[in-house]
Amino acid sequence: MTAITDIPTSRETTTKHSVLPALLPFLGVFALAMILPFVSNDYWALIGTRAAIYWVLVAGLNLVVGFAGHLAIGYVALLTLGAYTTSVLAAGNVLPPVPIYGALMIASCVGAVFGVIVGLPAMRLRTFYFAMTTLGFATIVTQIALAWQSVTGGGIGIVGPEFSAPFNTPWGFYYLCIGFAAVATWLSANIAYSRFGRALIAIRDADVAAEATGISKPKLLVSIFLLAGAMAAFAGGLFASLQTYITPDAFTFDLSVLFFIAILIGGRGSILGPMLGTIILTILPEIAAPLAAWSTFLYAVLLLLIVLVMPGGIAALLDFKNRRPLASNRAIVPRIAGLSDVLRKTATTKTLTLRDVVLTFGNVRAIDGLDLDVKPGQIHGLIGPNGSGKTTTLNVISGYYAAKGGTITLGDDALPPGMPELRAGKGIARTFQTPRVIGEASVLENVMVGGTIEGEATFAEALLSLPRHHRDERKLAAQARAMLGVVGLEALADVRADRLQHSELRFIEIARALMLQPDFLLLDEPAAGLSSDEITRLGALIKAISRRGTGVLLVEHHADLIFDICDQVTVLNLGKILAAGTPAEIRVHKEVVSAYLGG
Amino acid sequence: MLGSIIASGLAAGAIYALVGITYNTMFSTSRVMSFTAGQLAMLGGVFGSLFMLKMGMPTLVGFALTLIACAIIGVITEFVAVRPVLKSLEQHLYVLSTLALALMIQQVTAIKWGTEPQPFPRIVGLGTGVWDEKFWLPVVACGLTILGLEYLYRRTLVGHAFMAIAEDNFAARALGLPERNLRVASYALAGVIGGVAGFAGGELMLAFFANGALLNFYGFVPVALGGLGNNRGALIGGLALGLFQQAANFLVGGIFSSVAVFAIFIIVLLAAPQGLFGSATARRV
Repeated sequence: MTAITDIPTSRETTTKHSVLPALLPFLGVFALAMILPFVSNDYWALIGTRAAIYWVLVAGLNLVVGFAGHLAIGYVALLTLGAYTTSVLAAGNVLPPVPIYGALMIASCVGAVFGVIVGLPAMRLRTFYFAMTTLGFATIVTQIALAWQSVTGGGIGIVGPEFSAPFNTPWGFYYLCIGFAAVATWLSANIAYSRFGRALIAIRDADVAAEATGISKPKLLVSIFLLAGAMAAFAGGLFASLQTYITPDAFTFDLSVLFFIAILIGGRGSILGPMLGTIILTILPEIAAPLAAWSTFLYAVLLLLIVLVMPGGIAALLDFKNRRPLASNRAIVPRIAGLSDVLRKTATTKTLTLRDVVLTFGNVRAIDGLDLDVKPGQIHGLIGPNGSGKTTTLNVISGYYAAKGGTITLGDDALPPGMPELRAGKGIARTFQTPRVIGEASVLENVMVGGTIEGEATFAEALLSLPRHHRDERKLAAQARAMLGVVGLEALADVRADRLQHSELRFIEIARALMLQPDFLLLDEPAAGLSSDEITRLGALIKAISRRGTGVLLVEHHADLIFDICDQVTVLNLGKILAAGTPAEIRVHKEVVSAYLGG
Repeated sequence: MLGSIIASGLAAGAIYALVGITYNTMFSTSRVMSFTAGQLAMLGGVFGSLFMLKMGMPTLVGFALTLIACAIIGVITEFVAVRPVLKSLEQHLYVLSTLALALMIQQVTAIKWGTEPQPFPRIVGLGTGVWDEKFWLPVVACGLTILGLEYLYRRTLVGHAFMAIAEDNFAARALGLPERNLRVASYALAGVIGGVAGFAGGELMLAFFANGALLNFYGFVPVALGGLGNNRGALIGGLALGLFQQAANFLVGGIFSSVAVFAIFIIVLLAAPQGLFGSATARRV
C-alpha cells in the first residue's frame, strides 16, 4: 500500500505555481531576443528576424503537426501564398494599393482558406495523403508563381511590402517580428493548453476514444487549419518584407523541410521544443558557413535520426518531471464515498433499447436479432464466449458500426446508426477492451478529455484566452482531479499516462467516461488484467455508479463479477441471445452452463 | 495540336503511371508509401545522363548500370527507412523516414549533379514530331513493364510469393515464405521500375534533380485515384492524368492545368477515399 491517501490538500496552489516554471524558458528566450540588438550587428538582426518570422509560421504549424499529428510537409506553399498576396496587394499592381497591415490581414484570410483546402483530405484519410496534398500544393503554388506573370512578376519577381517608420530599419523590423512571434506563441499556447489542444492530441493518439467522447474531428481540424494557414500566410507577408524582393526561388522546398523538422526535433505536443528547434535550425547554417549548401541534407539526417533514435525530440529531453521513478507497489483504491460529489444523480428515466439488431460482416452474422434493455440505475451484464458479439454490440450502440437491421432507441428517440461522435451528447459513454488513452498526455489531461463537450468557450475564446475559457479549464481540471480521486488515481494525476500499468489505464478510462456525467456507461471488459483485489474494488465502483442512476452495460468474462453486481444478464452465443434473466436464473441455466460457464 | 496533346499526354502519363507502380510495388510487401518513388525516377534520368553523356558508355551498358544503381537505392530504402520503422506502422513513422531519405537523395543530387536541368542523350534515334522517341519511349517502357509485372505475378513462383505477402503478410510468413528477403527484393524491383521510368522519360523530362519532388506528387495522384496497390488503377489513372494535364496545358495554359489537377485530386480523395478502383477496408475498434 502506498501513498495514495496523502492527497495534496493545497491543490489550487500547486497548479498556480506550476505555471511559472513552465513560462520561464519562454521568458528567457524572449529576454535573449530583446538583448540581441545590443550585443550584435545588422547581420544578426536579419537572422533573428528570420527566426522570428519562421516561428510565427511554425507556431501555427506545430498545432497541425505536433498536436494533431498530421504531417504537413509543404507549408512553404502557404508562406509563398502569404508573401505574394501581401506583396501584390501592397504594390497595387492588380488592385489599388492596400496599406501593409490591411494587406497582411487579407493575406492571412487567404492563407486560412487555403490552409483548410489543403487540409480537407486529412479529415478522412491516412496521414500519407495529407503529406502528399501539402507537397502537391507546394509544387503547384511555385508553378503558379512562375507562370502568372502579370500578377507575380514570374521569374523576375515582385517588390516586397515595406513597413513605415519605426519598423523600416533592420532592428525596428526585428522588434516588430519578435512582437508578432510573441503573440504567435501566446495564441498557439492558448489553444495547445485548452480543451481543443487536448482534443487534438486525443485525435492523434486515440482517435476512436476521441470520437466516443464526442470530439468532432472535422470541425476541430478545420479550426486548426484555419489558424495555422492564417499564421503561415501572415509569416509570408513578413517574410516578403524581410526579403524586400521576392521571386519563386526564395521559397524552396528546403524551407518547408526546416519548418517541419523544427517541430519534430522539438518534440510532439510541446511548444518550447519546436521554438528551440526553429531557432537552432535557423542559426545552424549561419554559424557553420561551409555547411550551408548541405543544410537540407543535414536536416534530413536529423529527421531520420529523430525518427529512429529519439522520437520524443527536445521536449522529451527537457521533461525531467517524468523521469522520476514511480512507486512500484502502487495499488488502486477507489474512494467510492466521493462519487456522489462528482457524479450528478442522473434523472433520466429513459431506457436504452435494442430491438432485433442485426449486423453482418460479409456472410457472417456477428449480431443476429439482438434484443436488449439497459435500464437507468441498473447494471446489465453481457457475457458469452469469444466471438459471440459482445464487443460488437457495444460498437453498434456507440456508433462505430451501423446496424444492418433493427432499432436502437434511447427513450423515444432513435439513435442514428453510425456517427460515434454524436453518442457523447446523448449521454452515452464507454470504455474499451484495450484501453485507449493518450500515452503522451498526463493522466489528468486524459481524464479532462472526457469532458471536452462540456466546455462552453468557443475556439475563438480559447484562442484569445477569454474568461469563459478559464472558467471551463478550472471546472474541467477540478472535476477531473476529483474523478481521479474517486477511481483512486489522484496521486498519479500529473504523470504521463504511458508510464502507468495496464490496470491503472482501465481506471483512467472509467474516470474519463464519467466526466461526461453519462446516463449510460458501456464498459468493455473493465476487469481484464486486474488482480482479484482490484476486481472487487472495481465491482464496488461500478455498483456505486449505477446507484447514481446511470445505466451500465457491462461486457465481462469474469463470471464472479457479473453475478456479483449485475441486475440483469444477457448471454450471447454466435450473435444470438442464448439466455437472459437475473444472475440467479442465468447461473443455473442449463445451456449457459454447458456452453460457457462450464459445469 | 491534338497530335501533340495526345503524344505528350500519353508520354507524361506513362511516366506518372510507372512512378505509381513504383509506389505500389513497395507498398505491396511493406504497407509503406515511400517518398523515394519519385526520387528513383529522377535518378533514372540522372544516372542515364551521367553514364551515357558524361562517361560516354554505350546505351545498353548505361541502361543496365542505371537500373542496377536504382535497384541499389531501392534496397537502401528498405534497409534505412523502412525496416527500422515497420514495427510502429501505426505512428506513420515511415512517412518521416522515407521523406528524410528522399530529401537526402535529392540534396546529394542537387550538389553533386547540379541544380540545372541537363540533357539526356537520344537512345534509339527514331521518329520526329509527335512520333519522336521522347514521346513513344515512355509509353513503350510502361507497356513492357506492365507486361513484365503481369508475367512475374502470374507465372513465376517469386511473383506468387509477392502476391501472397501483399494479400496477407502474417499468413504468408506462417507458410514459411521468406518475408524479409521478398520485401528487399520488391524494393529492388521498385528501384528498377523507377529507374525505367526515369530513363525512358529522360529525353522528355531531362536529368533534373527537382523532378523527384514533382514525380512524387504526380506519380502519387494515379495511385490515389486508382487505389493503393492497384497497378491497373495506377496505369489508367496515370494516362488519364497525363492526357488531362497536357490538354489543359495546351488549351488553357499551365496555371489552370496545375490547379485543375490539384482540385481533381482533392475532390476524388474526398468523394472516393479508397480510390476509384480500390476496395474499402475498415475495422478500427
